[in-house]
Amino acid sequence: MGFDHHLPTRRELLVGSGALFAWSQMPRIARAEGRDPRLLVIVLRGALDGLGAVAPVGDPDWISLRGDRALVLDGKPPALPLDAFFALNPAMPNLHRLYKSGKAAIVHAAATPYRERSHFDGQDVLESGLVKPGMTSSGWLNRALLALESSGRVDPRGSRALGIGSVTPLVVRGSAPVMTWVPQRLLPASEDTQNRLLDLYQHTDPKLATVLQARMRLASLGGAPGAGDPMSDDPTLPPPGIARVRAYFAEAAGTAARYLAKPDGPRVGAMGFVGWDTHIAEGAASGQLYNLLGALDGAFAAIESNMGEAWRETAVAVVTEFGRTARINGTQGTDHGTGTVAFLIGGGLNGGRVIADWPGLKPAQLFEDRDLKPTTDLRAVLKGLLRDHLRVEEKVLAEAVFPGSADVKPMGGLVG
Amino acid sequence: MTNSAKAEAVLALHRFGMGPRPGSIAAVGTDPRGALIADLDRPLTLTAAAVLPTSAKAYRTVADANARRAARAKQAQQQAKRQQTASAPTMSEDQTQGQGADKDAAEMAAKQAAEAVPDPGRPIYLQEAKLRTEAALAAEIGFAERLVWFWSNHFCISANKIQSMSGAYEREAVRANMLGRFVDLLLAVEGHPAMLFYLDNLGSMGANSIAGINRSRGLNENIAREIMELHTLGVRAGYTQDDVISFANVLTGWTLVPPGDNPEHGGEFTFNPRLHEPGGQTVLGKRYEQEDAEQGRAVLRDLAAHPATATHIATKLARHFVADEPPPVLIEQMAKTFRDTEGDLKQVAIAMVSSDEAWRRPPSKLKRPSEWGVGMVRATGATTVDPVRFTGGLELLGEALWRPSAPKGYPDDEASWIDGVGRRLDIANNFAERLAGTADPQAIIEDVFASEISPEVKQAVGRAESRQQALALLFMSADFQRR
Repeated sequence: MGFDHHLPTRRELLVGSGALFAWSQMPRIARAEGRDPRLLVIVLRGALDGLGAVAPVGDPDWISLRGDRALVLDGKPPALPLDAFFALNPAMPNLHRLYKSGKAAIVHAAATPYRERSHFDGQDVLESGLVKPGMTSSGWLNRALLALESSGRVDPRGSRALGIGSVTPLVVRGSAPVMTWVPQRLLPASEDTQNRLLDLYQHTDPKLATVLQARMRLASLGGAPGAGDPMSDDPTLPPPGIARVRAYFAEAAGTAARYLAKPDGPRVGAMGFVGWDTHIAEGAASGQLYNLLGALDGAFAAIESNMGEAWRETAVAVVTEFGRTARINGTQGTDHGTGTVAFLIGGGLNGGRVIADWPGLKPAQLFEDRDLKPTTDLRAVLKGLLRDHLRVEEKVLAEAVFPGSADVKPMGGLVG
Repeated sequence: MTNSAKAEAVLALHRFGMGPRPGSIAAVGTDPRGALIADLDRPLTLTAAAVLPTSAKAYRTVADANARRAARAKQAQQQAKRQQTASAPTMSEDQTQGQGADKDAAEMAAKQAAEAVPDPGRPIYLQEAKLRTEAALAAEIGFAERLVWFWSNHFCISANKIQSMSGAYEREAVRANMLGRFVDLLLAVEGHPAMLFYLDNLGSMGANSIAGINRSRGLNENIAREIMELHTLGVRAGYTQDDVISFANVLTGWTLVPPGDNPEHGGEFTFNPRLHEPGGQTVLGKRYEQEDAEQGRAVLRDLAAHPATATHIATKLARHFVADEPPPVLIEQMAKTFRDTEGDLKQVAIAMVSSDEAWRRPPSKLKRPSEWGVGMVRATGATTVDPVRFTGGLELLGEALWRPSAPKGYPDDEASWIDGVGRRLDIANNFAERLAGTADPQAIIEDVFASEISPEVKQAVGRAESRQQALALLFMSADFQRR
């Protein structure tokens, strides 16, 4: 698989699900200024543990909170220092490099207005841009594009959004036309899905449990390429497990980048990566989370290299529906929480900073005595990007893109 | 509707129907047995099938394409040879090698010319697959459609051998007869060109028939054996090798009209007296002196009426619908109905769903891939499928449509299918990914299952990290896979 593949032809693109439209002319966002900005949104589904990704190593309560699961600067492997207070998960050297060169910023202790703990509802709020779940016909990125178009700030012939994956992420769905690209090889069921199914079988159907367990054992030996994986007969495929996840992330993100980079391509896009719901054996320093963050880091590299010249004018926002509990749970994982991180990368970023109004980690400082307290409204961050990068008017942002968010002021200075 | 009535409605749809779809629990109402019986009175004809060719027409279409292909190949080969002859004097340094290359080039040209004529068999197969699957999706309850699938598998043919005819065979022979008397179904399938082709009867000839004497060729026992072993009496039901041979002689001459000879009727059933073994035959102790095809029909009528057939059919039906080891009481009730009604298959089906025995077993049967796959699509309320994707999925799961590896058809027992569960997970995962933007797993649990699903599944679905994962877990749950 690899992203040195040819770009899919238009015909290949039109195969797939979702709203498909022909695409052609160059959208001229911010054209009057001689700029041609790109915005890619990546949704991490399952609720990323922000503390496992970006550790507050300078917080005096950090070690007592996470014990030997806490990422530390002299850990094995050592966390990557960002500033005097925060350090990055060691699985993310690319992000660290981008950060050091000012092309990445991290927002910590951030959250949407959603305060409950349902993935589905949390994702609806995150992607719809609305205050409550359930009103989910369009996403904020699509409405932002629509607003640019209706205000004459984008060439209407050329305004297109890009959705990556068989299901167009909600954030980019709506009235503005969306083109979609579906990776040719879909991911086999994740390890997490298999574990949950096994757990379900163990409680309901021992025979099915035995069969599934046997398959998982085979897959873990690496001998049987995912015993039932329909894509497994292909010898060019990486072995199952994390290698395949890495390849998938890189292919999907790299392809998105190449579309956004094309002179006549779309200028905004969205994609989702699953697998972040780390209830059991989270493995921030060496397991599941470490592997996924590493795959995401590889996706960042793929975006940077595939954007080419357009990287200068690119912003990528990596967001998740909510965070996880501050403390490690009884099975070495974390449960659904609230405050978390957002990653911002791109050549257009004014980065090299962790942006946080740090709430602290003492029990009284936690949200409901369990979660990292959210102190930054994620909408402020997104509104800042939309206003300063794409030039969506602030009034439109408050009314149409994030309805009812007039009190949430766009965060300034995110882009250079 | 009380809770237990709801549970029985859900069981009715999974065990005897095509699985719940939005609204079907309500349609079953408080009388699941009555609803299943009523389902047998709905018209079974595939109205959209009017656009599809009859089996004979399909057969002729493929034969025509083959003839055109052969002609094109021959033409191309001749032309390539002419060109070589014309240019031969200028390139004669190495005669032997040159000739070899010329020959290859001519063959290559022939091959290319042949491939330029597309095979019409596959598009016909896919059209048939699409219509059949959509009939299963559209059915409110789908008991009758399940019976179509059952009988089509009982009297299976293989699309590997006769791709173009496989769908039409099911429509013409199975669908049209499977709620009438067994004997009529039997006569229809055994006299259908697809079955005669599949079980090698087209060229079978009696040793003393005109063709047999002239060509020194003879009998093929295949169809006679399979009719007795698989289609009627059941294995070890007391027939001997002599019975098989006699019956095979009886069936000589059952063939089809060669399409090349007859553009109007090619591919239709015909009795060819020149292939038929003359004289009487003894099968299972009874003498059959009839002339022509009537002799075979007489044997088939007696096989249909044989008590062993009643038991064999009752056992297979009960095993397919109710349990791998069906209750003997249920089998006997169904076999008795079969005997008492002279093989009225509708009455046998009614006897099955009317028996308490058919409902008592917990949902222990693992759905076959086809039942599970259609069930997933139905649960979403979809009424259409991409036939390439759908048949491809079934193939991956080991139940390629109309392509069993042997005349026995696809098995019914759990042991045959359970190892495919891992592969089902990948398919469920991919299906769930495509659906995740539009389908709400909680709504499926409420609308399609009337919440009659185990608390563990509800919890797993509620806690899933994404809609995709929730849907995959739901479709992979024992509640969804067992019936």
